[in-house]
Amino acid sequence: MTLTRKGPAIDFVNGRVDLTHGGGGRAMAQLVEELFVASFDNDMLNQRNDQASFTVGAGRMVMTTDGYVISPMFFPGGDIGSLAVHGTVNDVAMAGAVPIALSASFIIEEGLPLADLKRIVQSMAAASKEAGVPIVTGDTKVVEKGKGDGLFISTTGIGLVPEGLEISGDKARPGDVILVSGTMGDHGVAVMSQRESLGFETSLKSDSAALHRLVAEMVAAVPSIHCLRDPTRGGLAATLNEMATQSGVGMMIYEAKIPVRPEVNGACELLGLDPLYVANEGKLIAICPGDQAERLLAVMRAHPLGADAAIIGEVIPDDHHFVQMETAFGGKRVVDWLAGEQLPRIC
Amino acid sequence: MKYIDEYRDGAMARKIAAAIAAEAEPGRDYALMEFCGGHTHAISRYGIEDLLPANVRMIHGPGCPVCVLPIGRVDNAIEIARTPGTILCTYGDLLRVPGSKRTSLLKVKAEGADVRMVYSAADSLKIAAEHPDKQVVFFAIGFETTTPPTALVLKQAKAQNLKNFSVFCNHVLTPSAIRCILESPEVRELGTVPLDGFIGPAHVSTVIGSKPYDYFAEEYQKPVVIAGFEPLDVLQAILMLVRQLNEGRYDVENEFSRAVTPEGNKKAQAVVAELFELRRLFEWRGLGMVPYSALRIKEPYAAWDAEKRFDIKPLSVPDVKACECGAILRGLKRPVDCKLFGKACTPESPMGSCMVSAEGACAAYWTYGRFRQNQQDKR
Repeated sequence: MTLTRKGPAIDFVNGRVDLTHGGGGRAMAQLVEELFVASFDNDMLNQRNDQASFTVGAGRMVMTTDGYVISPMFFPGGDIGSLAVHGTVNDVAMAGAVPIALSASFIIEEGLPLADLKRIVQSMAAASKEAGVPIVTGDTKVVEKGKGDGLFISTTGIGLVPEGLEISGDKARPGDVILVSGTMGDHGVAVMSQRESLGFETSLKSDSAALHRLVAEMVAAVPSIHCLRDPTRGGLAATLNEMATQSGVGMMIYEAKIPVRPEVNGACELLGLDPLYVANEGKLIAICPGDQAERLLAVMRAHPLGADAAIIGEVIPDDHHFVQMETAFGGKRVVDWLAGEQLPRIC
Repeated sequence: MKYIDEYRDGAMARKIAAAIAAEAEPGRDYALMEFCGGHTHAISRYGIEDLLPANVRMIHGPGCPVCVLPIGRVDNAIEIARTPGTILCTYGDLLRVPGSKRTSLLKVKAEGADVRMVYSAADSLKIAAEHPDKQVVFFAIGFETTTPPTALVLKQAKAQNLKNFSVFCNHVLTPSAIRCILESPEVRELGTVPLDGFIGPAHVSTVIGSKPYDYFAEEYQKPVVIAGFEPLDVLQAILMLVRQLNEGRYDVENEFSRAVTPEGNKKAQAVVAELFELRRLFEWRGLGMVPYSALRIKEPYAAWDAEKRFDIKPLSVPDVKACECGAILRGLKRPVDCKLFGKACTPESPMGSCMVSAEGACAAYWTYGRFRQNQQDKR
């Protein structure tokens, strides 16, 4: 069944998004129908209502929302579409929750090649199918040229927390152990390498991935996990600082134990960046009671997305809530919040 | 990355640290200045002070190009950026340096000025070629390391007859700054600031060579050890300085021999000499007016000199009253001695230039070493 009469086919090869694609007329209906509904294809969306309606099981629900404005839109290992699915699924999962459904809102700049839009929507659909989390409702707007940077996507996700889990960023306690699920900084460096003004090549791929299945195994094995968070913007450093402040504790981490790929280290060296501050999109930080750490580590390592998992430090009492690091060199330093953007050094 | 990792080896660090501890004579103080911000950064980032005995103390020098840029020059750049039809290109660190009235290039950019962060001088030339309808200005700063690339883009601009490109030149010279510190009454006459030796610049010395330091070692009887920016380089240089002081020597030694020769990079020196000449006076933040300490663009390239194109007037703007950047840059005070430090002045909202760049002493202390201050508070 289709709501529009068949007009001329959308030119997904050479065509561009124009203002009629967001105008509420036939062109918009055709784009929604032939691209979004066809790609995301699920029962709720196929009902073509302005909202999705579904029954939720008993228990505590979580809800999260995130905007995706990444530039460039395509990067090694993913694109803005797959990222918009993975990022929001992960934010749901970091409560220990099982993700149920996503919504997606597109703000498209006039002039975006329809081929790019199609590629992004299909990648989004593939990521959502792979994760088993359907996109059940959505919205499309087109803004005039110069009023957006190609494409912005917002996704909202909901999920259900299994009985007995109390995971939250304010639950870290002295004596707890800090783990990461893999190498730090892959996503940020892969994206930066694609920015034309930087012009360096790397074989590195973004780690963008949905982590809810890894989380499901972790919480099943160690339900007493205190905190989970994905170190996205601001990297490991910002995320640890957030949790230290929320929990009112300090942290001590060990540089030699933090997994970082040599390519990431190399690129950061070149750009004057610190891998601890570089974004990840398929990694998580877990904080659990000390006596559960080895068990949790084993479960993480048994999962493909946690193969490089490591114990990197512990939670300590500290009224100043500092995150400190023992450097591989032997000294100590604060791992602070990032001030402004991470800018390259000049000499 | 193997090449770099070797210079960050923890086991080797412990060995050198043990040698420093064994050789530093008890009852004697060793006050060593690392001139370069690159060394300050390495010392803070790797926690090198934790590996030193209490009587070996590091004093952070003024070798951070962003830190020594006076407010007047920042205001000049902001004025250029605000000129309609202009694109101002510069290195990332400079965007956050506060000018007067708490403005900065980053804030001017938010107001609508076209200010762009570039990774190299050559990038700004490319931007000029892409925007023939705009005046593109490269806001050039830095010591001898960044001067040759600026010289090369000026040559290219002239060769291509690129009329919409110019350079706002703020290049400064390391030896003049070292001399200014050594000549300061606190060091030379009053002796209130103990200064026993220098860790000499790494990248700067690859360009100027090790010879320019001979004069300081001899005239002021202070040992100089040129060192690379890796943490093992710094530790090794400290050991070499301790040894010289123990033996009563004041030589120029080169720890960074993998990159620095006595003569330096002659090609780079030649191109700099072709394009630039000495300014009689230039203002440094912290050091004040320093004679023959900076470069300006020579007459044949005047058409590409932004100071002439935009008719830039010299401005001298005093620092914020309570800001101690000046005393910190001369080694008279430590960042924690400043009343603004960590209160009104943080990397998020810097009042003084030392809080801006990761190479600035205040930013390095605040970002990496804050916990030490708290440990001291508790004692």
